[in-house]
Amino acid sequence: MKYVDEFRDPQKAEALIWQIEKLCHLLETPIKIMEVCGSHTHAIFKYGIEEILPKAIELIHGPGCPVCVMPKGRLDDAIAISQNPNVIFATFGDAMRVPGSQTTLLQAKTQGADIHTVYSPLDSLKIAKANPDKEVVFFALGFETTAPATALTILEAAAENINNFSVFCNHILVIPALQALLNHPQLQLHAFIGPGHVSTVIGTDPYQLICQQYRKPIVISGFEPLDILQSIWMLLRQLVENRCEVENQYHRLVDKAGNQTAIATMNKVFEVRENFPWRGLGQIPDSGLKIRSEYAQFDAENKFTIPNLLVADHKACQCGNILKGLVKPWECKVFGTACTPETPIGTCMVSSEGACAAYYKYNRLVRTGKNKVTT
Amino acid sequence: MNNSLLNSLWQKKEQLRHRCTQLHDTNITLAHGSGGKAMHDLITDVFVSNFDNPILWQLEDQATFDLASFLSQGDRLALTTDSYVVDPLFFPGGDIGELAVNGTVNDLAVSGAKPLYLTCSVILEEGLPVEILRRIVNSMQAAARQAGVQIVTGDTKVVHRGAADKLFINTTGIGVIPAGISISAYNIQPTDVVIVNGELGNHGTAILISRGELALETQIESDCQPLNSLVETILDVCPEIHAMRDATRGGLATVLNEFAFSSNVAIRIYEQCIPIREEVKSVCEILGLDPLYLANEGKLVVVVGRENADKVLSVMRSHPAGKNACIIGEVISSPPKIVLLKTIFGTERIVDMLVGDQLPRIC
Repeated sequence: MKYVDEFRDPQKAEALIWQIEKLCHLLETPIKIMEVCGSHTHAIFKYGIEEILPKAIELIHGPGCPVCVMPKGRLDDAIAISQNPNVIFATFGDAMRVPGSQTTLLQAKTQGADIHTVYSPLDSLKIAKANPDKEVVFFALGFETTAPATALTILEAAAENINNFSVFCNHILVIPALQALLNHPQLQLHAFIGPGHVSTVIGTDPYQLICQQYRKPIVISGFEPLDILQSIWMLLRQLVENRCEVENQYHRLVDKAGNQTAIATMNKVFEVRENFPWRGLGQIPDSGLKIRSEYAQFDAENKFTIPNLLVADHKACQCGNILKGLVKPWECKVFGTACTPETPIGTCMVSSEGACAAYYKYNRLVRTGKNKVTT
Repeated sequence: MNNSLLNSLWQKKEQLRHRCTQLHDTNITLAHGSGGKAMHDLITDVFVSNFDNPILWQLEDQATFDLASFLSQGDRLALTTDSYVVDPLFFPGGDIGELAVNGTVNDLAVSGAKPLYLTCSVILEEGLPVEILRRIVNSMQAAARQAGVQIVTGDTKVVHRGAADKLFINTTGIGVIPAGISISAYNIQPTDVVIVNGELGNHGTAILISRGELALETQIESDCQPLNSLVETILDVCPEIHAMRDATRGGLATVLNEFAFSSNVAIRIYEQCIPIREEVKSVCEILGLDPLYLANEGKLVVVVGRENADKVLSVMRSHPAGKNACIIGEVISSPPKIVLLKTIFGTERIVDMLVGDQLPRIC
């Protein structure tokens, strides 16, 4: 496939692995690298990248899957909105199976809620135009990658004066999440594979803060196997040369300043929340977006009464520690037994970008020990 | 069927044809399902005159068959049923009618059976344009003719507007399995070889694109086709096929998981050997889908002993429905009940059963 096969060339991968091995010898100690983004996690498992890396490199799967970090309380709110008799609730497909405290959107749908799966927030605006006697609510989630499209949709709704449309905003920000992780005393990381999609919007500049404050090298990476291998090689080179910089491997799409139009659109519609709850990570200051008061008529939190409760994570579920890289998925007591992709307890098992789902789906046979999965 | 019986049936058909009146309505109404004249006109003008065979022209409440004709062709019957709810009704490379015939024909064929007769039950939504129904029934008849089967009985129901989406079809098929053929998902042995008859994922992709929700355009057409002739060709040269299935909903990955589970074996497939069109790969990249799980409507997965693989492959390639056939993997003894994919990097990962649905209403 043009522009894809080039990034999956086995010979080039072999050459990169050889280079990575050489650098590993120079480093002598084992290295822990976190890939922040769920799409990286998915690609790493899909292509078996861990299997071909030297043993001295351990990949830690970070909190960059927006579905995985969605707290139960916010899902309960979403489900409550969807259960209003006059509401059409529009959501990305990934969110359908994420468990709230009692139920999922999928179950709410079978019980009568009018829930539509959409590929873009603009699709939900179309639904609103086609159903003027209904209230259409879009379940907005995701990092800075998806927030500009939501903002644009709200601007369009305002321009066209569409009054039966609103957004339940759960957009989150990547840099505060990284800071929260790095502030954790137990976390031992050497470097980050930076999220490529988010960076197409925010650029590489915002990561300078992480580099300077926490002394961790970051390479913004693409999502193909060769992108990821090259990023790991670039990180090792920084470590060997004792450098600590933000480097950009994904320069075919990401530049230093990011997409200024997208950022401006986002800033026009959204402002930063004081606090936002993350599944497994708790409240993180300045980590979420809310709709500005100028656009309050499009804010579902204004339009509907929502429970707005903080709900504790399941006791047995270790999603939080998995997201921080403190525990490997197969070390969680319920992994593969009570918690499977069919009956997920934690969010890491729901989305294909979650670390637990990826381990379970692609790699569960190689994990042995106390919590070995029987198949 | 003996000749005198056949002659009397054709005579009866001619008498009935004179009684048959044309359907002039432009849209389906509840009256077309009520048992009165409107229903009679719909059945005779749209269905019976199109499917046009003496068994159907009896217009009895059931189709009746001569047992001897079955017995002369084999020693077991195969029976299967399937309902078709695809949305949209017409898509690049086919429509719901063609699908309803080929899907059931293929379910019979993969048991080694020679498909003979089909039923056709339709549930129509009030308001459906009769013209659409005619097109679909024509297409069913064309597919039946191509597959060499007859549609011999059926049923028509009409439901209120909104109680069904345009048109649903159920077909049930019956076929005869020749003596000596034993194909089953339980027969698979380590060292067996896995063969497919061509590119995977075209149907699922064609349906997805034709819904028009994604603003994507491709040239991909559904692979909807009957497989009975290909299966017959394969069994002629190798009656000892171990297992065979058509990879419809859930795609190749689901069929292989079913095989691995039933026979308590592992199946290893090789990424570089699996035929997938570039356009299908691209659509999957954009939407985050895995082509191994995409639906097909004319793809055969054959598991055969290694010693027979070459001759099966070569005879498949000589048939129009199998010209792109290739070996994609092998059966190994462990880990049992698991399908593994060897990636282009030489790493190995599990290909699991699908959880949830990738795409609804694809067939």
